Amino acid sequence: MKYSIHVFLLTVVLAIVACGKSEAPAPAETPAPAAETPAAAIDEATAATVMGKVSFAGTKPTPKKIRMDAEKYCTEQHSGKPIDSDEVVVNDNGTLANVFVFVKDGLGDRSFPAPSQPVVLDQKGCVYTPHVVGAMTGQSVDVLNSDETTHNVHPQPKNNPEWNISQPPKAEKITKTFAREELPIPVKCNVHPWMKSYILVVKHPFFGVTGADGSFTLKGLPPGDYTIAAWHEKYGASEQKVTLTAKDSKTVDFSFAGN
Amino acid sequence: MTSNDAGLAVPDWPLSYGRLMPPMVGGIFYEHGHRMVATFVGMVTVILAIWTGAREARSWVRRLGWLNLTVVVVQGLLGGLTVLYFLPPAISMAHASLAQAFFCITITLAVVTGRGWIEEEALPAPAGAPSIRSLSLWLVGAVYLQTVLGAGNRHNAIGILPHIAGATGVMVLVIWLAVLAHRHYPAHWARHAALLGTVAALQTILGVATLLVKNAAMTAVQPMPDRVWSATTHVALGALTLAIALVFALRVCRRFPGSASAGEKGVSRTPEIPGLDFSV
Repeated sequence: MKYSIHVFLLTVVLAIVACGKSEAPAPAETPAPAAETPAAAIDEATAATVMGKVSFAGTKPTPKKIRMDAEKYCTEQHSGKPIDSDEVVVNDNGTLANVFVFVKDGLGDRSFPAPSQPVVLDQKGCVYTPHVVGAMTGQSVDVLNSDETTHNVHPQPKNNPEWNISQPPKAEKITKTFAREELPIPVKCNVHPWMKSYILVVKHPFFGVTGADGSFTLKGLPPGDYTIAAWHEKYGASEQKVTLTAKDSKTVDFSFAGN
Repeated sequence: MTSNDAGLAVPDWPLSYGRLMPPMVGGIFYEHGHRMVATFVGMVTVILAIWTGAREARSWVRRLGWLNLTVVVVQGLLGGLTVLYFLPPAISMAHASLAQAFFCITITLAVVTGRGWIEEEALPAPAGAPSIRSLSLWLVGAVYLQTVLGAGNRHNAIGILPHIAGATGVMVLVIWLAVLAHRHYPAHWARHAALLGTVAALQTILGVATLLVKNAAMTAVQPMPDRVWSATTHVALGALTLAIALVFALRVCRRFPGSASAGEKGVSRTPEIPGLDFSV
């Protein structure tokens, strides 16, 4: 009897432990790209353009407020008042800002050199600026600290190496590259946990982020069939097919619906 | 610190921003504050181990002191590793779990070096009473396992279901123990078991509240005070539950070491001595 109680309790413990498993899906590993041979140059004379707007359907949500009272300096940068979160920014013309629009498919095995111009992500007023930024694989991403306080810059990629670097006031810029395509890479500051940004890394230069007018333009595309995708941090992704002929200029509009 | 999402607010280790005292702003306050408290605890543990080693006559207690020191050193290393490797769930979970083990060893040292333990007299269990020795030890194991499961969930290593199942198991054992203590053992044992039951019940209610608050705050753009406080209190009350269960088990093991050993040693069968009653 005595031992049967022990066996029973041990069985219960083992059952509890055995049913514990991770809920987080394992990230899909993408192998690091090998050195690619650049494909034939795109003929500028026949290059096409895709442009459009990302509209917001539904009731404009009340912006979530960010309280920066964890640090006096940050609060002072905004006159002591809470500021609106950049999570959902609906423009006055009914369009949606901070949407990353890019060519998802259709470029085949073409490869493109990374631009020499870096992408810049600044920390100003204890907020990341811009909130959403695109970069090419291998393109430099410069992180600046324009604040008079200390930040830590902590991207959390799944297919690229993770890093976490402190950046005191007036510190040198941090320059990093991402070798693999990855959408999105959340960036956070653990000193100021409201600070969030997203870097989206693709293998080509055909991408853009919607701004105050909600528009985007993808220039210089060779004729062909493409899948154009739009990604928003809260409303997810949407995509559309488009066929481009030589010198074509087509409009592809997206719409995201609020709750 | 974890609830404030500040675990990586200081990217380097063992120094903080390359120095001993970084600016204590934002999340740095929580992370570096955690390191400062850990350093203090480590120093006190060194003193405790040396003191125990020098003054304690019982070799197993001396060994327990050195084990405690070893555990706190490993705990510090795990803390550093989890920062340097960006909070991998397994290491963060081990760090949280070892903290509870350290807490248990420290409590054990405090209990077994106390006057009450030394002067306590071994007795057989009251006539006709079922033994609660095994049950109280199982309860300590179950509460510890429950803190491990909670740490696993908190650090995204496992889902919530094992933790809920663990809570159910702990409550069953607590009620079982409280009923036995109430029916068959002197009043102070029943009071101790009732205290354990009360704290465990509060902890269960707080756990449900923490889960609800967590789910409600899922879309928040920053750590919210209600989430921080509910989760932190839940962790603290879990540690308190473990402490009460452990002290109960230690007292039971001391007072009722088992009929065989008590008989072999010819221990006194006199009733409890009032002066030695150190019940809560």
